[in-house]
Amino acid sequence: MTLIESRADATRPAVAPPTGRRRGRGDSLVPFLSGRSYWWYLLPGFALLTLIILVPLVWNIYLSFTDYRGIIAPQWSGLDNWVTLFHDERFWLSFRNSVAMILAMVIAPTVIGLLVAAALFDVIGRKFGAKLAAFLRATYYLPQILPSVIAAIVIGWILRPENGALNTILQAVGLGQFASNWLGAPDTALVSLMVVLVWIQVGYPVVIFMAALERVDPELYEAAEIDGAGWLRRFAAITMPMIRPEMFVVALTCTIAALKVFGPVYALTGGGPNFATIVPSYYSYSQFFQNQQVGYGATIATALTVVIMLVSIVFVWAQNRAERKERER
Amino acid sequence: MSATSLLVTGETGHRNRRRRTVGDWIVLAVIVITALVVVFPFLLILINAFKSPSDYATGGPLQLPTALHFDGIAAFWERVDFTGKLWNSLFISGVVAVLAVVVSVLNAYAIGIGRVRGRVPLILVFLLANMLPQEVLLYPLYTIFRTIGLYDNVWSVIITFVVIQSAFGTYLLASVFGTFPKEIIEAAALDGAGRWLTLWRVIVPVSRPTLGVLMVFFFIWTWNEFLIPLTFLISNANQTVPVAISVLQGDRLMDVTTTSASALLGLLPTLIFFLIFQRTLSRGITAGAVK
Repeated sequence: MTLIESRADATRPAVAPPTGRRRGRGDSLVPFLSGRSYWWYLLPGFALLTLIILVPLVWNIYLSFTDYRGIIAPQWSGLDNWVTLFHDERFWLSFRNSVAMILAMVIAPTVIGLLVAAALFDVIGRKFGAKLAAFLRATYYLPQILPSVIAAIVIGWILRPENGALNTILQAVGLGQFASNWLGAPDTALVSLMVVLVWIQVGYPVVIFMAALERVDPELYEAAEIDGAGWLRRFAAITMPMIRPEMFVVALTCTIAALKVFGPVYALTGGGPNFATIVPSYYSYSQFFQNQQVGYGATIATALTVVIMLVSIVFVWAQNRAERKERER
Repeated sequence: MSATSLLVTGETGHRNRRRRTVGDWIVLAVIVITALVVVFPFLLILINAFKSPSDYATGGPLQLPTALHFDGIAAFWERVDFTGKLWNSLFISGVVAVLAVVVSVLNAYAIGIGRVRGRVPLILVFLLANMLPQEVLLYPLYTIFRTIGLYDNVWSVIITFVVIQSAFGTYLLASVFGTFPKEIIEAAALDGAGRWLTLWRVIVPVSRPTLGVLMVFFFIWTWNEFLIPLTFLISNANQTVPVAISVLQGDRLMDVTTTSASALLGLLPTLIFFLIFQRTLSRGITAGAVK
């Protein structure tokens, strides 16, 4: 929104008054049919896209039907990899963990982000000043700007079993019996990873939802307040419906990010202990470069792509349906 | 964020200031405490990056350092040749930011203003490029770059991210250019400007704020990338900041204060960048969300 506003502002000075001086020149009489086609402008971008995205994508799908191990030329093996994939418990485990990632990177941040954004906008912005609200918003956003591996290292350092900050604190306050090898023990690793991801992720919905709330006419809230509507009622009747488009955007982009997550897993647990935190992208990476099972790694990567496409299609379809319903009302 | 919203909230804030209820204070307390939880890891890193190992051993992670100790940071800086890594990251991200904006502008010009046939499928293809898990490109790209001799060369990463970032840029800019005022383009045409001139003399200057936001985002996104630099830049001299730091984490010899120093060095560049471009960034996040 802001983007479009600023663009419109910038537009004004640039409007050059047509002088008409050169109107006599050939093609200017038919301005939109003149010269070469616009296709030329797509040439560099599309050539690069083909070379870097489309060819590798098709190539990867091809590899998923081969037994390629990176040395001898790939041999066609038909559906072998795909059959293996469907019977591979580790693959299904990695997708179960993807559900945990969605919980940690989509559901929890959206819920927390919604509450924080509403509180920042509704209470802190209005009762304590916009500056304080903006400052707190930036604080929540801080983990988002870090490279996610660095963010993971920051937390990994705190969770270290020996002399890590968390265990030291627990011992200091007399809760030493709860100290644990947070990322190294199979029963706490996944949950610890999830907490880290919530921490990394929460600032994104806060910022987006706050921006969305600025669209809301303050009179709407004031009228509701005069009518005696409590905070919860205003939240449900005004806030939630107003920011629904942003909720779709956040949910879709975060779900894709959760399905693709790699950096934090690589930096924190390497998929361990005993595959407790393995995710599809890490599984595929380890097949490529640790097990030299390139064909099988390609199969996992292709399967992940299919899942992401399906999820996106369902999301966009649901969003369109919701918008249509809204218009019919 | 914008001047107007600040004004409006400022006004109502003033009027309501007398009516701050107990509930308001409770909300403030909860939000501030949660914010402290969010920044707590950063504070810990800051405190411990300047401790000596013996200071850490006696005082634990929560004590303030007894004396400022720069050895951990200096040792880590030397060990990973941090200057070199900083330069690699800066060079890769900077070149990608500029080139990806140029490619996005060219694509979006054809799609958004030229309205070439088949633009909807085209936009979908570009969108796909942005949604794909990078693993799907990894092995074929690895083979391609090996064959043409760009493997373990920063340009392999630059080319790849120019394409990935400009895929998003094309998607965003195509919709922005789609609403570009027709009169301006017509005026330029009447003035005798061809398409090439119209693009660079009219459309690019007018869209400069949007392009600036895109450039800042491309820079940060590329800086933060991990998987592709990790696989394509294997030699020490070519690594980026995140890769260099994460590779050393497995090193069991690293003591806890050096790890802390490494984390501080890893987050400092992006933190500085964030502080400089804070307003551009919040503008951009908003723009990305509401299309």
